[in-house]
Amino acid sequence: MLDVLVQAAGLVKRYPPRDRHGTPFTAVDGIDFVLRRGESFGFLGPNGAGKSSTMRMIACVSPPTAGSLRVLGMDPLTQGREIRARLGVVPQDDALDRDLTVLENLLIYGRYFGLPKPTIAARSAGLLEFAQLAGRGDERVDALSGGMRRRLTIARSLINEPEILLLDEPTTGLDPQARHVLWDRLFRLKQQGVSLILTTHYMDEAEQLCDRLVVMDKGHIVAQGSPAELIAAHSTKEVLELRFEIGEQDKAVAKLRDAAIRDRLEELPDRVLWYTAEGEAALAVVHQIGLRPATAMVRRASLEDVFLALTGRTLVD
Amino acid sequence: MATADAMALRAYSYWILRYRRTWRGTVVISIANPLLFLVAIGVGLGRLVGPDAAALGGVDYLAFFAPGILAAAAMQNGIIEAAFPVAVNRGPGGAYPVAAGTPLEPEDILHGHLLFMASRVVLSAAVFMAVMVAFGAARSPLVLLTLPAAALTAMAFALPSAAWAVTLTDIRPVNGIFKWVVMPLYLFSGTFFAVEQLPSVVRPIVYATPLWHGVDLCRSLSLGTVSWPLALVHIAYLLCLCGVGYLMARRLYRRHLHA
Repeated sequence: MLDVLVQAAGLVKRYPPRDRHGTPFTAVDGIDFVLRRGESFGFLGPNGAGKSSTMRMIACVSPPTAGSLRVLGMDPLTQGREIRARLGVVPQDDALDRDLTVLENLLIYGRYFGLPKPTIAARSAGLLEFAQLAGRGDERVDALSGGMRRRLTIARSLINEPEILLLDEPTTGLDPQARHVLWDRLFRLKQQGVSLILTTHYMDEAEQLCDRLVVMDKGHIVAQGSPAELIAAHSTKEVLELRFEIGEQDKAVAKLRDAAIRDRLEELPDRVLWYTAEGEAALAVVHQIGLRPATAMVRRASLEDVFLALTGRTLVD
Repeated sequence: MATADAMALRAYSYWILRYRRTWRGTVVISIANPLLFLVAIGVGLGRLVGPDAAALGGVDYLAFFAPGILAAAAMQNGIIEAAFPVAVNRGPGGAYPVAAGTPLEPEDILHGHLLFMASRVVLSAAVFMAVMVAFGAARSPLVLLTLPAAALTAMAFALPSAAWAVTLTDIRPVNGIFKWVVMPLYLFSGTFFAVEQLPSVVRPIVYATPLWHGVDLCRSLSLGTVSWPLALVHIAYLLCLCGVGYLMARRLYRRHLHA
């Protein structure tokens, strides 16, 4: 079995201008990465970073403009059919047929892969069980909740028993409980040996699901590694978050800069972040220099901080 | 890997399954509406038109009008079956991107959908033709050939419509097509009255429009007055439209589904 599932080198995606006066838009600007079997891999970045374009190229529905890309050892330009036959795709908008029933949606999708009807029926039963939709096979998709529809979309993507599952922002738009159920299902898939590739702009999701992460910004890869490696390399162990009364933040920051000479301070519109090895010690200093923040919180550094450190911007505006 | 034909059939099976759920809603617009026209205008209004009026070529109005509305309804069905579903299904959440993520290529998705459009327009035209014959509006056994003629007319509109609709990011322009293309063609292509009744300066414009070729073909077959060289010109014209529409659709499906 092949160990490298996806390999990209100098991968570029440029879209033609929308009209005569427009300019071409470079969504992905020369990226390199390698994805190995059994690994779960995440593309992290804000909207417009180039994540979805990269996913579309891997899914063989968007030809690369330049550079090389191999998926399952094959060339997407000439062997798209063969590659797609072994991929599972979970689009962000569920793209289920709402006029059809749950089972009919699975049937149609299985037919696209040329699976015989008895095979589809047998797999559907297991997949509905897995998606916690058992007993709902004959309901119209219209009647399902958002979380159920997303789980059905995942079930559908597994009908061809794919080796790689591509998920585009799998939990965007779901409530917290539905997200946790979904993470649990994806984690099980991972344990069964399916390689996950996902895009997200949620840090907690990336930390939950990804063994390795690529942080993208404006079409470039700005960092890659495991969540822990990224935090170690681009952030401190702890973060002190301070909020001040309206109009007092500027004065407070000036004082903090004198106190926290060796540490990095990050000023956001609504709060100040102090990156430090010892959050409690930093808070003691804040009180010592006579500052009275409205709220103060010490927390562990997260990928959000990594992104902020790398790009100077937060992920979700 | 399966052949391209088998791939197209996989795409076709989606539309068939969908149709089994939604066919009731399509009956009104594609079959009932043209039949109401046939009865209200062909039978009702037709009584007011003198029989054997010279401009109608010596037949009663119903016999003149029925094959005309058959062709006009075929045009309308061709556009309805192509423009709306393609514009709706090409975008996010539609059936096309879903199918594009599977082993199907954009061409397979196009072929499967075209096959379904053809099934639909043939079915509607067959029902209409049967009613037309039952009303005694046909004058020749050649009326049976109006079925392929109407289907060809429908596809001559469906193929370019599909090619155009796959480029749309919003379905509003499709309504414009009905106002600015379908309505004028419906009224002025010899459906309701002979083109010879129009001023001579306008006639060449009508002869250049595709619906007139469909109308004249269907009418000359139904009345048994067909002149085969002219019929071949009609067929060639409509086939040309199909061919150009198909080639454009192939290119544009690939460009938009594999952007």
